[in-house]
Amino acid sequence: MEVLTYLIPISLVLGGIGLGAFLYTVRSNQYDDPDGDAQRILSSEWDEHPKP
Amino acid sequence: MTAAMRPNVSACPACSAAPAAEALAEQEAQKEARLALSLPTIHCAACISAVERALVAEPGVKTARVNLTLKRATIEAEHDVTADDLVRVLDRIGYEAHELDAGTLSATATDKAGRDLLMRLAVAGFASMNVMLLSVSVWSGAEDATRDLFHWLSAAIALPTIVFSGKPFFTSAWGALKHKRLNMDVPIVLAIVLAVATSLWETTLSGDHAYFDAALTLVFFLLAGRYLDHRTRAVARSAAEELAALEVPRAIRIHDGEEETVQVSTLRVDDRVLVRPGGRLPVDGEIVEGQSELDRSLLTGETVPVFAEPGMAVSAGEVNLTGPLVVRATAVGEETSLHRMADLVAIAESGRSRYTSLADKAAQLYAPGVHILSALAFVGWYLYTFDVRTALNIAAAVLIITCPCALGLAVPAVTTAASGRLFRKGMLIKHSTALERLAQVDTVVFDKTGTLTAGTPELTNLGDFTRRELEIALALAAGSSHPLSQALVHAAQDAGIKPVPLGDLQEVPGYGTQGTLNGKLVRLGRAAWIGAQPLAQTSAFLSLEDGKSRAFTFKDTLREGAEDAVKALQENGKDVLLISGDSAGAVEALADRLGISKWVAEALPQDKAARVQALSAEGKHVLMVGDGLNDTAALAAAHVSISPASALDAARVASDIVLLGGDLSPIADALTIARSATKRIRENFRIATIYNIIAVPLAVAGLATPLIAALAMSSSSITVSLNALRLR
Repeated sequence: MEVLTYLIPISLVLGGIGLGAFLYTVRSNQYDDPDGDAQRILSSEWDEHPKP
Repeated sequence: MTAAMRPNVSACPACSAAPAAEALAEQEAQKEARLALSLPTIHCAACISAVERALVAEPGVKTARVNLTLKRATIEAEHDVTADDLVRVLDRIGYEAHELDAGTLSATATDKAGRDLLMRLAVAGFASMNVMLLSVSVWSGAEDATRDLFHWLSAAIALPTIVFSGKPFFTSAWGALKHKRLNMDVPIVLAIVLAVATSLWETTLSGDHAYFDAALTLVFFLLAGRYLDHRTRAVARSAAEELAALEVPRAIRIHDGEEETVQVSTLRVDDRVLVRPGGRLPVDGEIVEGQSELDRSLLTGETVPVFAEPGMAVSAGEVNLTGPLVVRATAVGEETSLHRMADLVAIAESGRSRYTSLADKAAQLYAPGVHILSALAFVGWYLYTFDVRTALNIAAAVLIITCPCALGLAVPAVTTAASGRLFRKGMLIKHSTALERLAQVDTVVFDKTGTLTAGTPELTNLGDFTRRELEIALALAAGSSHPLSQALVHAAQDAGIKPVPLGDLQEVPGYGTQGTLNGKLVRLGRAAWIGAQPLAQTSAFLSLEDGKSRAFTFKDTLREGAEDAVKALQENGKDVLLISGDSAGAVEALADRLGISKWVAEALPQDKAARVQALSAEGKHVLMVGDGLNDTAALAAAHVSISPASALDAARVASDIVLLGGDLSPIADALTIARSATKRIRENFRIATIYNIIAVPLAVAGLATPLIAALAMSSSSITVSLNALRLR
């Protein structure tokens, strides 16, 4: 059962990273234009950095 | 969505004419460096990059970003760049663009409430998944110290999450209790609090059962319902605002003999305002210069334009047709007749707030029932065992199992599905209970001008004229942008008529056009100008060299889908009425054409509202469809109301549903969809009740475990959501 002392914190941290990433995307307006983002990936133009 | 989102531009003269090009070129007062354009035709990656490239290439433009979801471009530019220049740039590369009023849009630039709900939902989702993981281990046999550790961990995750994610429910329940009412949130909050409290107590005593997972999943499912509900309304609100933003509130003021373009809100009484042909009057006032004709159909429903000359009083909202007018403002802003009409709406609207939604009705039955049941379980078990711990555990289990998880999803899941379906058909549901009210409708009242008719005339007696007469009439009509002239040009060109060359062709604003043919004067215009007897119908008169006059008569063109909509409604057994402010002849002709047997003509705005109220008093549920200012009071008084996108802002605000396309036929579909949506909502309530009937006896008998609670909750929520999806 000692393995639990590793596994539980690991599962919480991993879940927390997912939550943090989601909150970051919400805060930085990444869901404002889902249709546009789906189309922009097809465009060969880079609209923001990083430019290659 | 591409076609549906496009507002009827031709019927909105203000947006095509207000940013008059020359005036804007000289204008420097434009303060906003941020411009917004509506781009109804963009749809692909190539469109996005083409538009952005073209905009950024324009001197003075700093950044341009296209939002494909909203079909909108946001531009940051120097002060001297005007939206009109950019509209022309896009027009050159083949994209239709319209200016949006940044002031109207900025109000909802970021959807704060939606984002807040989404954050809480995300946190609740994260927490409930982790706690569920620990709970599954407990259910599958973790014992003693391990179980206690898992319970403590669950508590550590659950407590802060409940405080953060449950806040919308806590505030709502507290608000209801403060006003001594019960809403759905009161049992929810009680269940959550009781579940967490008893679970904590059990955990300290190393008990078997903790309901942390149940409390968290409950919050998660309910927040999901809340968020769906919010999304549906936010989409409707932003589309409605886009319509409002298309009418940029600008006017041309004449100051010391100079023309300047200003915001309508800065106009003062006694300012002189220039209104170009095609423009909408921004103020109430008196004409001081110019002659023209005014289209009052949005205010009164009359289709025949009225002659306008100096000294005449005019109201905001009328559309100038032929010649430029200078108006001295007598009332501006809130004082104009356009705004005073809003008072009528406010009075009529109080009647509508009496409608109780199905969800509220369910809550009124449900909340006291659940509380009584759980209290009885507590008292019963306490008397049986004299053990507060057992009794409290069972009371909490009863509350959790009956908790309206499915009920919280029952309504939003269905309305989201139904609103999405109607949105694709070009209808925007603005009010949250509009669908339920629409389902009850048994009487439909239509306005005529601008609603059933498109507001553009159509020539009826082309066959009565000789080819030569038509050739002259066409030549004269081509010299004017008056709607009747344009209709004549269309009809003649379709018949293959070529215009004869005329000399001295000129438009006499307010009267008509004239020219010379073989040295003799020929005219096309109003009856009084030609010297003919006016007719009851909408008509234009032609006088030739011989001095005799001939009348061209016109009828209104029907709006697309008007016939289908009326027929479908009548076939569904609805009572269809036509109430118009127009003259009896015109109304009767249209009623006959559409097969409407009950019609009322020359109705004043108060008459319309009174008639709708009288019908409601007879116990009918009235759907009002109208677009004009004269309809707003009736729209607000009706049980539910629909207005086309071309309607005045005031009318759109007063109605529950806005038709985005020009087509009327979705109205009949909307009634069908609304009825099936209401049926689904009722079914969902029934499903939720069945789950309760099965699970509650188990809980009361003390047989419910956290596993059973979790199963009952998840399966009922999922069944309800799936049932809602069947609507598609």
